[in-house]
Amino acid sequence: MKRILIALAFLILPGLTLAAGGEGYPLLTAPIDLHNKASLQKGAKLFVNYCMGCHSLEHQRYNRMARDIGLTDEQVQQNLIFTGAKVGDLMKNAMPKADAKQWFGVIPPDLTLIARSRGVDYLYTYLLTYYEDASRPYGVNNAAFPNTGMPHVLWQLQGMQKPVFETHKDAEGNETKALKDFELTQPGSMSPPEFKEAMRDLVNFLAYVGEPIQLERQRIGIWVVLFLVLAFVVFYLLKKEYWKDVH
Amino acid sequence: MANTQGTTGLLGWIDERFPLTKMMREHLTEYYAPKNFNFWYYFGSLALLVLVNQILTGIWLTMSYKPSAADAFASVEYIMRDVDWGWLIRYMHSTGASAFFIMVYLHMYRALLYGSYKKPRELIWIFGVLIFLCLMAEAFMGYLLPWGQMSYWGAQVIINLFSAIPGIGPDLAVWIRGDYVISDATLNRFFSLHVIALPLVLLGLVVAHILALHEVGSNNPDGVEIKKLKDDKGRPLDGIPFHPYYTVKDLLGVVVFLIFFSVVIFFMPEMGGYFLEHPNFDPADSLKTPPHIAPVWYFTPFYAMLRAVPSFAGTQVWGVLVMFAAIIVLFFLPWLDRSSVKSIRYRGFLFRLVLAAFVVSFLILGYLGALPTTPARTTLAQICTIVYFAFFFMLPILPWFEKTKPVPERVTEK
Repeated sequence: MKRILIALAFLILPGLTLAAGGEGYPLLTAPIDLHNKASLQKGAKLFVNYCMGCHSLEHQRYNRMARDIGLTDEQVQQNLIFTGAKVGDLMKNAMPKADAKQWFGVIPPDLTLIARSRGVDYLYTYLLTYYEDASRPYGVNNAAFPNTGMPHVLWQLQGMQKPVFETHKDAEGNETKALKDFELTQPGSMSPPEFKEAMRDLVNFLAYVGEPIQLERQRIGIWVVLFLVLAFVVFYLLKKEYWKDVH
Repeated sequence: MANTQGTTGLLGWIDERFPLTKMMREHLTEYYAPKNFNFWYYFGSLALLVLVNQILTGIWLTMSYKPSAADAFASVEYIMRDVDWGWLIRYMHSTGASAFFIMVYLHMYRALLYGSYKKPRELIWIFGVLIFLCLMAEAFMGYLLPWGQMSYWGAQVIINLFSAIPGIGPDLAVWIRGDYVISDATLNRFFSLHVIALPLVLLGLVVAHILALHEVGSNNPDGVEIKKLKDDKGRPLDGIPFHPYYTVKDLLGVVVFLIFFSVVIFFMPEMGGYFLEHPNFDPADSLKTPPHIAPVWYFTPFYAMLRAVPSFAGTQVWGVLVMFAAIIVLFFLPWLDRSSVKSIRYRGFLFRLVLAAFVVSFLILGYLGALPTTPARTTLAQICTIVYFAFFFMLPILPWFEKTKPVPERVTEK
C-alpha cells in the first residue's frame, strides 16, 4: 500500500510542477510581423548561427525560405548554409541523435512547428527570460520553462541577468516566491532593446517557418470570400425569382 | 418509340435500359417537399456537401500521405509545404471534419424541434443515428493519422476504454491496436478503416437515409403530413417539387456555408486550437504524455460524461457504459416520445423546458470535456449527465401533463 502511494506521488508530482509553471511568470506579447522581410532575414541569420547546431528545421527547405523571405538562392547558399547541403535540401543539422541524447539528456527538438505548438508569445518569453541560477547544471534557469535543459546559448548577446523575486504571503501565512523582474549583472554585446528586437526577429522567423503559406493563404482568402459574397447576391436573386410563384 | 417515361433520342435509349429519368423524377423534379421549410432545413444538404468535400479532399490527401509511424508526421508537413495547394486540401479536410459535426448536430437538433423522428420516419432517424455513430468512428480514426501528440494520446485514452471491460477488456484493446501500444500497426489499420471501410459504410447509410426520407416524404416545421391533402393530380397541396425550388434555395445555403467555411480555412484554420489542437504540431512521442489530453471539440460532451461517472465495485467500466448509452439511447427516441404532436410549435411548455435543459446540459458537457477536471467541474458534469438522460425518461410521461395546442390542417406561412 505504502509503495503504491509513493508511486502515485511520483506520478502526480510532475503534474503539480507543470501546474505551478502555468501560473508562473506571465507571458510577454511577441510583436511579430510576417510582412517585415528584414526582420525575417535577421531571424534566419540568428537561427542558422545560434540554433541550428542543435535544432533542425527538418520540414523546411532552404530555397523555399529564400523565396519567401526575399533572398536569392545564391545569398542563402553563401551566407546561411554551413554544411554541404544543397539549396533545395531540407534544413537538417549534422548532429547525430544518439550523441545529442548523451550530451543533453534529450534530443533537442526539431523546431519547424514549434511556433504552432507552443505559440509565439511563449517562445519570445522563453528567449528573453534566462536568468542566473547556480543550482542548475548550466548555471541558468528560465522563467517561461522552469528547469529547462537548454543552456543560455545567447548569453554573449544578452549578457547575464539575475532574477528579482517578490515574496507573497497567502491566507495561511505561507510564503511563496514569485519571479517579478530581472537585473542585468553582466552586459552582452547587444543592449537590452537590441536583444529584445533580435529575439522578436528570431520568433518572427519561427512563426514564418511554422506555416510558410500564412500570408499567401490570407491574400487568397480575401478574394475567395469576396467572390462568395458576390455569388450570394446572384444566388439570392435566383432563389427569389424561382420562389415568386410559391404562395 | 417512346418509353414509359415519354423520352426519346439518347435519353429514351438510356431510359429503356436504366431508370435515369424515373430516378430524376422520383428524387428531384417530382419529389414534393413541404413549402414551409425554414432555416433549420439547410443542414441536411450541407452535411451531404461536407461529406463530398471530405471524400474528394481525402482522395487527394491519400495521394501524398504515408501511413507509417516513421513517415506520417513528415508526410503531412510535406503536403502542407511541398505539394501544390496541399495546404488548402489539408485545411479543407481538417476544417471539414469539424464542419461535418456542426452540420450533423444542427441537423439532429432540427429533428428534435419538429419531431422528425416520429412515425412514419423512425427508420430515417435510425439510419441517421447510425450515420452519426459511423461518423464518430471515422473522425476518431482519421485523427490518429497526422501522428501528432494529441493523435497518439487521444487514441491511447479511447482505446484504453475498452480495457476497462471486465474479463475480455485487455485482450480486446490489444486486438484493436494490433499491438501492446499504439504503434505502426495501429496507424496502418486505422488508415485502412478511415479511407475504405468506414466511408463505404457511411455512403451506404446516407443512401438508405435519403431513400427512406423520399419514401415517406419530408416532415416540416408544423409537423403536418402534406400527403394527406392532395390536388386532383395527386400532388400535395402544400408541396413543391424539390427541383428547382429547393435546389436553388439550398444553393443559397451552400454559398452562406462556404463563406463561413472559407473564413476558417483561410484566416483561422486552427480555430484557436479547437479544430487543430496545438499539441498536435508535436510529433507523437510514446514516452512523453501531454499534461492535458483533450479530445477534439465534437467528442467533448461524451468525454465529459465518461469522466463524470465514478468507478464503482472495483471497475471503471461504468463511465464507458454511460458514454455509449448516451448515444445508444438516441435509437429509442421514436418510441420514447409518445406525444401525438410532432412540432415544438404545437407542443406545451413542458416539452420546451426539457428540450432546453437537454441542449444546455449537452453544451455545458461539451465545454467541460475540453477542460482538466476539478471537483466542482466533475459535480457539474454529473448533474448535466443526469439532465441529459432525464430528457429521455421524461419524454414517455410528458403527454400525461403536457397541454398541447391544436395542430392545423395545412402548413402555415412564415
